[in-house]
Amino acid sequence: MILVYIEAREGKIKKASLEALSEARRRADELNLEIGGALLGSGLEAAAAEVFARGAHKAFLLEGEALDAYSAQAEAAALEELVKDARPEAVFFSATARGKDLAPRLAARLGVSLASDCTRLEVKDGRIEYTRPIFAGKALLSFRLKSAPQIASLRPNVFPLLDTGRKDGEVVKRAAAVRPDQVRGRVTEVRSGKGGALDVTEAEVIFSGGRGMKGPENFALLEELSGAVPRSAVGASRSAVDSGWIDHHHQVGQTGKTVSPNVYFAFGISGAIQHLAGMSSSKVIVAVNKDPEAPIFKAADYGIVGDLFQVIPPLKEELKKLLEE
Amino acid sequence: MNIFVFVKRVPDTESKIKIKRETKSVVEEGLSFILNPYDEFAVEEALRLREAQGGRVAVFCVGGEESLIVLRKCLAMGADEAVLIKDAAGETYDGLRTARILAKALQAKYPEFDLLLFGKQGMGADNGQVPSMTAELLGLPQANVVTKLQIEGSAGAAVREIEGGEETVAFSLPAVVSAQKGLNEPRYETLKGIMAAKKVQIPVVPVEDLGLSAAELAPGLEITGVDTPPERKAGRILTGAPEEAARELAQALRSEAKVL
Ligand SMILES: Cc1cc2nc3c(=O)[nH]c(=O)nc-3n(C[C@H](O)[C@H](O)[C@H](O)COP(=O)(O)OP(=O)(O)OC[C@H]3O[C@@H](n4cnc5c(N)ncnc54)[C@H](O)[C@@H]3O)c2cc1C
Ligand SMILES: Nc1ncnc2c1ncn2[C@@H]1O[C@H](COP(=O)(O)O)[C@@H](O)[C@H]1O
Repeated sequence: MILVYIEAREGKIKKASLEALSEARRRADELNLEIGGALLGSGLEAAAAEVFARGAHKAFLLEGEALDAYSAQAEAAALEELVKDARPEAVFFSATARGKDLAPRLAARLGVSLASDCTRLEVKDGRIEYTRPIFAGKALLSFRLKSAPQIASLRPNVFPLLDTGRKDGEVVKRAAAVRPDQVRGRVTEVRSGKGGALDVTEAEVIFSGGRGMKGPENFALLEELSGAVPRSAVGASRSAVDSGWIDHHHQVGQTGKTVSPNVYFAFGISGAIQHLAGMSSSKVIVAVNKDPEAPIFKAADYGIVGDLFQVIPPLKEELKKLLEE
Repeated sequence: MNIFVFVKRVPDTESKIKIKRETKSVVEEGLSFILNPYDEFAVEEALRLREAQGGRVAVFCVGGEESLIVLRKCLAMGADEAVLIKDAAGETYDGLRTARILAKALQAKYPEFDLLLFGKQGMGADNGQVPSMTAELLGLPQANVVTKLQIEGSAGAAVREIEGGEETVAFSLPAVVSAQKGLNEPRYETLKGIMAAKKVQIPVVPVEDLGLSAAELAPGLEITGVDTPPERKAGRILTGAPEEAARELAQALRSEAKVL
């Protein structure tokens, strides 16, 4: 079995978890393995159906008082119990904030190494080969894991979703043995950003602005573009963030977030290596810059050499028209 | 408060990297190395906590003798003590191996601490594994990718970034915390600090002395290749007036790239 950690917020499964599940299903088909989804916490029965639709045969619902608020300590303990019983060949996470926090903890608990933030999985001679970017995407490292079970986290927005059309599978409910008094750290509060705006790591389209935006007020132009396109978000270069024009949650790059949307728009961003590090795995890159020599054009699939303030208004109209069609 | 900070020597992000396919590795010659930028936030946070609440700051690094430079930088910033855990293995890309060494060193030789501070990720290998793994091996609570940290007595609260917002993790000490950009602005070393750090005799603990088995020290990854990412095919520059270019772009994104 390949076990996939399923992350849900307010009862709704994150898309990144469904991507991990979809990839698990593709590899499991090659390896002749079943798929299990692990859902931790309470009130997740309804979410199980979605897990089956993306390829799982079994949904494990792990419940217990210690799992009500997220705690890496408690979840690693609960997952270890499940792993000891279900004996999966591999456990996959999505490399979300949660997955990056939890996967290494479980790996250490099981005494195995971890493949983190993978962007490609291939089955070769009956074994999984993991590939992940190193040096901020300037190189790719491929390797096998020597230990069992194999634990990996998969970068969000990289692996395509799969819909099997299935509706049911086996639901296995388990009470986790871990008790609240065994846990010394847990999440006590979750705050969402303003207006519940989509995070850059979850967006399918990103409109990013750099120093060329000239000032904080002009980020409203990007907000408007984003308002016209569903599942989009506003991003920024470090220069824009350091100038105080926009909150650092929006920063893309080496010290910011790693994103791989379907389309990344870079407005007034020169394309420094540290910026490219965070967005070069985007499917399509569009650069708007008045300097034809700007390095961003080397990374871009489409480029417009010109003043961003003249390009944004007509672009907004064109995108609106297109999406209304 | 006894604060330990864990630091790594990493290639400068500006470095152009070269790959040697035959040896499945990144060529180290010609790279310049620095203290991992995220670890600078961790050192700074430790110094601020010490200044506010008293205590000591000790810095640990697993690596070869060449890592002494980054330990000296931490001393010059103001750390009280530095320890090199000498390991000749080089980059293994295996977080568990490093975490095992760190956890064992603390258990065997430095068991008295209140807070373990890390960077969120070591640049280059880009693993982001060692803090959580060390926390698990030592049975400690963890807060990763932290942008705000508060310690009062034996209780801690940390704010960490999550998709579309942030969350607060409450924990009791001792604990593991890893630093993200935004936590603080690291100070520069003073000249006096640099001079003083030069004179310090940094203790060196060979990994072999920690009592780890050969199996525990064997890398868990079998590297099958290192490659450069596929070249993007040359992009298309859309010329013409802004309105025209905008129209062409929207059309191309729909019918050519099929992403809208
Ligand atoms: C350790 C380290 C980590 C870093 N991490 C990050 C990171 O995470 N993310 C990041 O982004 N950077 C990061 N940087 C900084 C990076 O090196 C660059 O300094 C930064 O990305 C530059 O931002 P920019 O492109 O917005 O600004 P600039 O480089 O100043 O570029 C501005 C661009 O705007 C164009 N422009 C100006 N006016 C207009 C106009 N009216 N219309 C169209 N174009 C216009 C200019 O031609 C220029 O190309 C890091 C640096 C270091 C050393
Ligand atoms: N060799 C090492 N010696 C000391 N600390 C390390 C070492 N490797 C990683 N760390 C710590 O763990 C953090 C995360 O590293 P990594 O998991 O390798 O990305 C780093 O920012 C350091 O704080």
